[in-house]
Amino acid sequence: MNLSVSIGKLTLQNPVMVASGTFGYGVEYARLLDLNQIGAVVVKGIRLSAVRGNPTPRTAEVTSGMLNAIGLQGPGVDGFIEKYWPFLKSLRVPTIINIWGTTVEEYAEVARRFDALGGVGALELNVSCPNIKEGGAQFGTDPKLLARVVASCRKATTLPLITKLSPNVPSVVPCALAAEAEGSDALAITNSFPAMAIDIESRRPKLANVTGGLTGPCIKPIAIKLVWDARRAVKIPIIGMGGIQSAADAIEFLLAGANAVAIGTANFYEPQTALSVIAGIRDYLQCHNITDIRDLTGAIRLS
Amino acid sequence: MVEQTVQIISNERDSDAYFRLVLCAPEIARATQPGQFLHLRIPPLRDALLRRPFSIFQANGETVSILYKTIGKGTDMLARMRADEELSAIGPLGHGFTVPARGGETPLLVAGGYGMAAMYLLAERSPQKGIVFVGGRRRVDILCEAEFRKLGWDVRATTEDGSYGEKGLVTLPLLAQIQNPKSQIQNPKLFACGPTPMLKAVAKIAEEQKLPAEISMDEHMCCGVGVCLTCVIPVKKASGWEYQRTCTEGPVFDSREVLWEAAK
Repeated sequence: MNLSVSIGKLTLQNPVMVASGTFGYGVEYARLLDLNQIGAVVVKGIRLSAVRGNPTPRTAEVTSGMLNAIGLQGPGVDGFIEKYWPFLKSLRVPTIINIWGTTVEEYAEVARRFDALGGVGALELNVSCPNIKEGGAQFGTDPKLLARVVASCRKATTLPLITKLSPNVPSVVPCALAAEAEGSDALAITNSFPAMAIDIESRRPKLANVTGGLTGPCIKPIAIKLVWDARRAVKIPIIGMGGIQSAADAIEFLLAGANAVAIGTANFYEPQTALSVIAGIRDYLQCHNITDIRDLTGAIRLS
Repeated sequence: MVEQTVQIISNERDSDAYFRLVLCAPEIARATQPGQFLHLRIPPLRDALLRRPFSIFQANGETVSILYKTIGKGTDMLARMRADEELSAIGPLGHGFTVPARGGETPLLVAGGYGMAAMYLLAERSPQKGIVFVGGRRRVDILCEAEFRKLGWDVRATTEDGSYGEKGLVTLPLLAQIQNPKSQIQNPKLFACGPTPMLKAVAKIAEEQKLPAEISMDEHMCCGVGVCLTCVIPVKKASGWEYQRTCTEGPVFDSREVLWEAAK
């Protein structure tokens, strides 16, 4: 049975990774699950300098999901390399580094730094975080600006590039095409959805940032549709994510056209989700006499 | 730190809105240090997906227990669970209290409401017996006093409505004790757990009286292990301040390190 999939020149032992921002820098979960069993570790978004993040409250639970507005708190490139890279480098599975900037030049500079580091599996371009004032989603909602970010990172590195698209657009297709045209090796679909919640007693927003990004099982059907839309437009691999809790959820993404999947919010409440999804995919393939996971991608039956 | 499916041994009402949950969790019980917490997934919550953090009250051989107040959906559902039912626990989590060395500091504990539960193990394991100052709004908010007395500790209760102990805030008898010139207490150190305004008041007393203080913060959490960055509080650094995680760098912090003016 083949579970391995390719993202550009990167090969993953199985198609189940974890989503940026839901798995820290891997080390935090190392005592709760064997990281070497998953497809790849994707770390929280990193820009050049350290980021303090947004005021609290930063998250709120909602029905079948949660809101967050963390504001990409992080150690910056140097802090990451010093504090987290030695551990990540020691893993047998690849590390995918989610990067962002407030300018096109900063994205490229961060890409250069990680290219020079050596041993990085791939870079994921975060052009879709809804919770920061500058950078993030502004680059992911305008196909022209997105093309510039991808093109400048493409020049800066030979590492596989994954562009994490924003759902906050009328159609995901123009951005998907722009990323593909500028040399992105894969797409990650989707990021969180702009959303808000209000405490009716205090009449205050539940997030200090007022609005945030919605994630969790409640977004899964919307995310599946985004993957499906993009699959019909591009040839490059798609990493599907949005509310995956089980192998059944992951298989839905694959059938809609994803080549791999990522576990996000579920890591917060069931840290072993990635492992149970891998086991469940294995069972599904066996039950359906499928020998290669790649045969599931886009295998939805329309008639 | 482990994640385990654990069985409920008992889940009984303590008084009013307070409950005691005892879980069979030998691995967690053995590893628990004073001030650490459990992160529980409560199955009947269904579409409320996130775990809930609870300070560990007691850890005895095979069992760990928590003392909680029903304050919302999560704790309401938890209170309906019964013996033999199972839930998933991650723990023990967090950086707890520093247990004083033998012959070292004498602990003065300051607890507000269910904050009392988070301090029991510290009292149990401290070589020096000290005083626990416990405050609540009403008589029913004064919890597990008997357990502390059983350890040979002096318990000084205050209630805001005067229905039990001294009337007023918990910081009044604390300050009186510290400032009492006849006090025999050697090398006092404050340890506190309770609502943030109480912690701020304790931090202020510690600063003014030049006493060391460790405070345990109670913040909303999602992951409990340091990745989601929900539970952060402002902590001073050489250059300015940064947000640190209550679940990982805390829940217990040195009160001098917290940037109280920016804390919510």
